[in-house]
Amino acid sequence: MSTIAVEAAAVSARGTAQAYRALRVRRYLSLAGTTVLSFAIVVWTLLPIYNMILVSLEPEGDVFTDHIWPRVASFESFRGVLTQGHWYLQHFWQQFANSIYMGAWVTFLTLAIGTLTAFSIGRMRIRHGWLVSNAALMTYVIPASFLAIPFYRIMQNYGLHNNLWSVIAALVAFATPYAFFVFQEYGRSIPIEVDESARIDGASPLQVYLRIYLPLMAPALVAVGTYAMLLAWNEYLYQFLLLSSKSSMTVPVALAQFLNSDQSPWNYMMATAIIYALPPVAIYYAFRRRMTAGLTMGGVKG
Amino acid sequence: MMNGTSVLDLGRPAVRRQVLSRYLRGGLKGGEYTWALAFLVPYVAVFLTFVVYPIVYGVWMGSEGKLYRELFADPIYQSSVVNTVLYLALGVNVKMFLALLLSGFFMRRGWWMKTLLMIFILPWAVPQISTFISIHWMLNGEWGFLNNLLYKLFHIEGAYYLNDRWSALGAVIVSHIWKWTPFWTLILLAGRMAIPLEISDTAKVDGATGLRGFVHITFPLLANLYLICTLLSTIFLLGDFNTVYFVSGGGPANQGHVLGTLGIRYAFDMGQPRLGVTAVMSALPLVIPLVIVLMRKLRTAEVQL
Repeated sequence: MSTIAVEAAAVSARGTAQAYRALRVRRYLSLAGTTVLSFAIVVWTLLPIYNMILVSLEPEGDVFTDHIWPRVASFESFRGVLTQGHWYLQHFWQQFANSIYMGAWVTFLTLAIGTLTAFSIGRMRIRHGWLVSNAALMTYVIPASFLAIPFYRIMQNYGLHNNLWSVIAALVAFATPYAFFVFQEYGRSIPIEVDESARIDGASPLQVYLRIYLPLMAPALVAVGTYAMLLAWNEYLYQFLLLSSKSSMTVPVALAQFLNSDQSPWNYMMATAIIYALPPVAIYYAFRRRMTAGLTMGGVKG
Repeated sequence: MMNGTSVLDLGRPAVRRQVLSRYLRGGLKGGEYTWALAFLVPYVAVFLTFVVYPIVYGVWMGSEGKLYRELFADPIYQSSVVNTVLYLALGVNVKMFLALLLSGFFMRRGWWMKTLLMIFILPWAVPQISTFISIHWMLNGEWGFLNNLLYKLFHIEGAYYLNDRWSALGAVIVSHIWKWTPFWTLILLAGRMAIPLEISDTAKVDGATGLRGFVHITFPLLANLYLICTLLSTIFLLGDFNTVYFVSGGGPANQGHVLGTLGIRYAFDMGQPRLGVTAVMSALPLVIPLVIVLMRKLRTAEVQL
């Protein structure tokens, strides 16, 4: 009986019902597609990261087995790294401090030099400023690794080999152009009249820069600062070439030393890799919004 | 832009306009000019010492004709050139195309998409060295996670991926795609977000949805950005060292190098820095046109998203 009633209703409104059904089917298909694709993306993204965690949690003997999840989760390798308990990690804290020291200086100098340049060209509109803009643009599109060999020779001639400052210099030289572009672009949103009225009130250019320009640029400073720090943290080649003694090298160089030996302590290496990855991941997620805004502001840079 | 400001200026007091035009002409007073110059000194100094000087030094090091003959005769160099070309062609294009598609996918709304994007971005946030050595060990033929997984789930005996030239190169390319697709997806996503809502809404009303909407509306608006991203990504990839060095180590038997790693190998493993510079310089016929086109594109268009 009820089927008859339903059918009657269906006949009266067949057109709409069919349309609804088609819509529902499409919605289900779309949902199914999204689910499958989401699943694929999650697996694809997390595979190498899961491997990193898996190996770091295995006791030394278990690395050379065929487990796909940790049989016993052992934090031995993390303890080993943090207490410098393994022969290969004897200088871990020193090396970690070197990485932080280098990252902090690269960030600070990139911000300082980038804002000064952008202020002079974009706000004070110095004559022939475009020459400097072009120089920066050129630096931006030259791969840094292509200059590694001559840079190494030059640093040796200067006696700066095995000195963190040689790495800092290289990274600042390659990070500043991008910083400059972002600052130029962001500076356009601040009316030039702000500077002018401060000048009319008797402020010197240095005061305008420090008291007015820098505070107004704060969002861009955060974005570029994050970028510069991540750049320093990601870099390997220059650190590898220029830093050779155990106490002056940074974490990536120490980490890579045992990559190709047959007896690589993989669980300790992965634990080190995870600890090394924590600061940039934390900083990235903390400043994510600002960072994406900055990336899309002054061009693009990996 | 210029027209816009000059029209606006008509309504402003004359004094204001004079001040503004002084700024626009760049006519700074004596003291101000000194300040502006002083502000430029740090960057110019860094540029001259750490960019120009190495370039000049490098050109001088790699300017011996004899070295080029030696280089071209080296079979390792020849295979490196093939690898570099393949790495560029596949790495850049597959990655950018994936990023283009995925940026459309991430335009969907909802908490799940936001969460997914946060996970998806992880490869870019984790330092290169950490992930690449993880991939290197994951691909180990005997104890690597990938083969263990294949065996446990499907009872497939995996290969020794890094022991064969082509699969090692493939591993490098896939690693590069894994690492950098999130970043370019983010850029293209921002590009798509910048398309005014009226345009896409009007297009939808006119029946341009799905693929047609993409071909006729979205892609033409993204095309310039896509081109600039592709060119930039090409030049960054050409200078790539980390991916090859950590994932395949230039192996097996030095068959898997690209120009970036080969130059370093010549200079530091074989003690022939001049040959290393020569190897890098041999990429100049590709680099110089790219740099010129990019500089033009970036200067005129400004990647405004």
